[in-house]
Amino acid sequence: MEKILEVKNLEVSFHTYAGEVRAVRGINFHIHKGETLAFVGESGSGKTVTAKSIMRLLKAPLAEIKESSSILYKGREVLQMNKTELQDYRGNDVSMIFQDPMTFLNPTMTCGDQIIESFILHQDINKREARQKALEMLNVVRIPDAEKRLDAYPHELSGGMRQRVMIAMALACSPSILVADEPTTALDVTIQAQIMALLNALKVKFDTAILLVTHDLGVVSNFADRIQIMYAGKVLEEGTAMEIFYKPQHPYTWALLKSVPKLSKHNKQELYALKGTPPDLILPLEHCPFAARCEYCMKICRTAMPDRTKITETQYVSCWLKHEKAPVIEPGYKREV
Amino acid sequence: MSETLIEVKNLSKHFKISRKLVLKAVDHVSFEIKRGETFGLVGESGCGKTTCGRTLINLYSATDGQVLYNGQDISHLPKGKVLDYKQRIQMIFQDPYSSLNPRMTISEIIAQGLNIHFKMSKREQEEKVNALMADVGLTASFGNRFAHELSGGQRQRVGIARALAVEPEFIVCDEPISALDVSIQAQIINLLIKLQKERKLTYLFISHDLSMVKHISDRVGVMYLGHMVEIATSLNLFDEPLHPYTQMLLSAIPEAEPDPAKRRKSVKIEGEVPSPITPPPGCKFSSRCVYVKDQCKLEVPTLKEIRPDHFVACHFPRVCEEVSSC
Amino acid sequence: MEIQSNLFEMIGIEENETDVISRPRVGYLADAWRRFKLNKVAVVAMIILAILIFMVLFGQAISGYNFSDMDKTARNLAPNGSHWFGTDKLGRDTFARVWQGGRISLAIGVIGALVSTVVGCLYGGIAAYIGGVVDDVMMRIVEILISVPYLIVVILMSVILQSKSVGTLLLAMTITSWCGMARFIHAQMLQIKGQEYILAAQVLGERRWRIVTKHMIPNTLSVVIVSITFDIPGYIFSEAFLSFIGLGVQSPDTSWGALVSEAQSTFIFYPYQLLFPALMIALTMLSFTLMGDGLRDALDPKLRK
Repeated sequence: MEKILEVKNLEVSFHTYAGEVRAVRGINFHIHKGETLAFVGESGSGKTVTAKSIMRLLKAPLAEIKESSSILYKGREVLQMNKTELQDYRGNDVSMIFQDPMTFLNPTMTCGDQIIESFILHQDINKREARQKALEMLNVVRIPDAEKRLDAYPHELSGGMRQRVMIAMALACSPSILVADEPTTALDVTIQAQIMALLNALKVKFDTAILLVTHDLGVVSNFADRIQIMYAGKVLEEGTAMEIFYKPQHPYTWALLKSVPKLSKHNKQELYALKGTPPDLILPLEHCPFAARCEYCMKICRTAMPDRTKITETQYVSCWLKHEKAPVIEPGYKREV
Repeated sequence: MSETLIEVKNLSKHFKISRKLVLKAVDHVSFEIKRGETFGLVGESGCGKTTCGRTLINLYSATDGQVLYNGQDISHLPKGKVLDYKQRIQMIFQDPYSSLNPRMTISEIIAQGLNIHFKMSKREQEEKVNALMADVGLTASFGNRFAHELSGGQRQRVGIARALAVEPEFIVCDEPISALDVSIQAQIINLLIKLQKERKLTYLFISHDLSMVKHISDRVGVMYLGHMVEIATSLNLFDEPLHPYTQMLLSAIPEAEPDPAKRRKSVKIEGEVPSPITPPPGCKFSSRCVYVKDQCKLEVPTLKEIRPDHFVACHFPRVCEEVSSC
Repeated sequence: MEIQSNLFEMIGIEENETDVISRPRVGYLADAWRRFKLNKVAVVAMIILAILIFMVLFGQAISGYNFSDMDKTARNLAPNGSHWFGTDKLGRDTFARVWQGGRISLAIGVIGALVSTVVGCLYGGIAAYIGGVVDDVMMRIVEILISVPYLIVVILMSVILQSKSVGTLLLAMTITSWCGMARFIHAQMLQIKGQEYILAAQVLGERRWRIVTKHMIPNTLSVVIVSITFDIPGYIFSEAFLSFIGLGVQSPDTSWGALVSEAQSTFIFYPYQLLFPALMIALTMLSFTLMGDGLRDALDPKLRK
């Protein structure tokens, strides 16, 4: 399969008064054409920062992408792009949808005008053609009464409808990658189901790869092809959805899967809960970031960073338990049938 | 049968939007909460569950109906009893960022209730605060910190300690976990369950997260547009939901199952929640219901006990094959 | 590289280790001061203000002249060794007069801002707290008062009270100007009233006035301080303007506005008589505004990270 985006050794830091906060600490990944790659992690795991760095949305000098990092889009270095190249890249090649559409949509412009503007910006067409296309896009994202909604202002729409408008704008110029940053977190479950189904349908229709950033394992299992488990700016485990859910290897992945409450489970039992809180990213990272909360922590976990170990062609894990000298243990998570 | 602690009778709370428009946030809702149980209240945003919780503890005054606490109407308490009542009922809030005063230290926040309800020396108070912090899993070193220095989960623990300080018997938990990370959510739920066992607390647990509600609740009420559409024991509700809305809600929860063949079948999800200011006539769910019939659009269904301990407000309740198989 | 096997001994989770705050404890004021210091412009503005205040207090003594002493032999002198800022047409030392004028100007600025803040806070706070119809009526009154042009109020006041003293001036200036503050505080209070910690206090059974004094007022304090620093230059300018058009401070007493007013008729011949008081007005206003900017950024809880 064709790799359309390749990220190598991405490191991002924020400069605050207390010192340098290292939000992303050297991660590698790639996206194939038309696939859905999901970043899963808790807040502060660096998943949103990674998504924003791909879009070059981080503001210097507060945020700094380290020199050694590289983001290659179809062989072009995104980090070296100038203003015009970037404008072309955002929208035409990669676009993004956000958790809260209201921060993204301009409240003083009608939805239609905003979609039309993005057409005119990226494609060589006149206003009438753009309006026609905008109408088509609203139909594509299944907005009822599209003609009417074209002239509506964002605040006149419901949360789900706004999310649809934002998706329409993002897909207007059929980008090859859509970065979806927690697209359904602010929505109710029924609307979430609708939006995710829509994204999935559009992915097939436009052959767009999706980079899905979320904390919801349910959503991920239903829509992702490949999954990366992130923690404290590091990727701890990566693999296909089947591998992650059926044969997870990292203790953190086990913990995440175990803490998902099951509808069938008897109630009022104690839920599995990870102890403690994620590490402060201001601390230097010398060893496994998960060591302090890990039931299987070994002495070495507190002294050195584990290597990325290959399990299968698609599954990799960074954990000392995979070392040949490590004690053999039962997997901490078994899927109930 | 255990005794009833709270009885909600025909409770309504209407907000005036303008001279003509009225938002019926809670409309003729009746249910009861038994001593020592957890009553879950679920529904999508705007269904009135938070308003219901706040009206229940008299933060909002009810437009109509009554709330009986131990048989006593809470909106007509004699003056001397108000403070006593406030001591028995507490609340845990949704947003751990806005629920703690940014200018107060953690121990000051927890001690607030102690100052109001108990006379104790500085020393006793300090000991009590430390004990409370230990109960909710915070070390004493947090005492002189400010809220902004804590993580979301830690703040939520402070909120719980503040409520526990006055030794209440009933706690309204208003979306206590929705702003937290998955691993932290489980910590807070476990803490709430532990405290309930230790202190024999009664909870009203309000949430939009059905799986968590199912986990913590003994009985669950489902709200839609200000109406209670179904009340049942947690097991019954999730095994055999009878109201089409409950079925749709359950079906919408994404199952953590990557293999499409093994996933349960889903119910089709129609439309969006209509505006609560101009709800459809008849059954409020009629605009989205796949089984809608003419009668649904005309008549408002009332809550009827269809099976023991299972109440549904639907003209044509039915078991849905897809959902009950989960 | 060979790793020793004993490093693979399992140790599991060490209790209490994960829930420790690693960042140092930073108090509210210490943190605000730290961020204020980062803003170099604001710090410079603060230093300039400190110097100005010092000179206003002690400048006259340093010069060795009294601001009202006339010296007929030394009229309209240019700045020189004995009269650093020169003298005016009556032979009074401009240096001494500038600092004496500054006393009045700054005093009017500070007192005016304080009075309007106190009144505005009380009024806006009470309206917001009570809410409902009372709130509506109280805020409508404020809107009516705001719409009255303040020049008319000042002229009316000086006619009615038959006096042009500093006290009358202050009264005239503050009688409607608290309205802006009242509206501002009203909005702030309403915002805080919606916060969940206020609800929590209500649920706990906290008394109303305790909620106001313990929760609402401390949380508006920072915006109040900031708005005071923005209000002061406004009053100084108003006073200067009123004195300039002859409605303000009367001779022999003086203020920066009065000095400018006196000097403007002979501006062509003795520009320095105008220059110094005008410079002081500009410097003070600019410094307060820049310092206010810095304070706002430093005290804003949203910017804390």
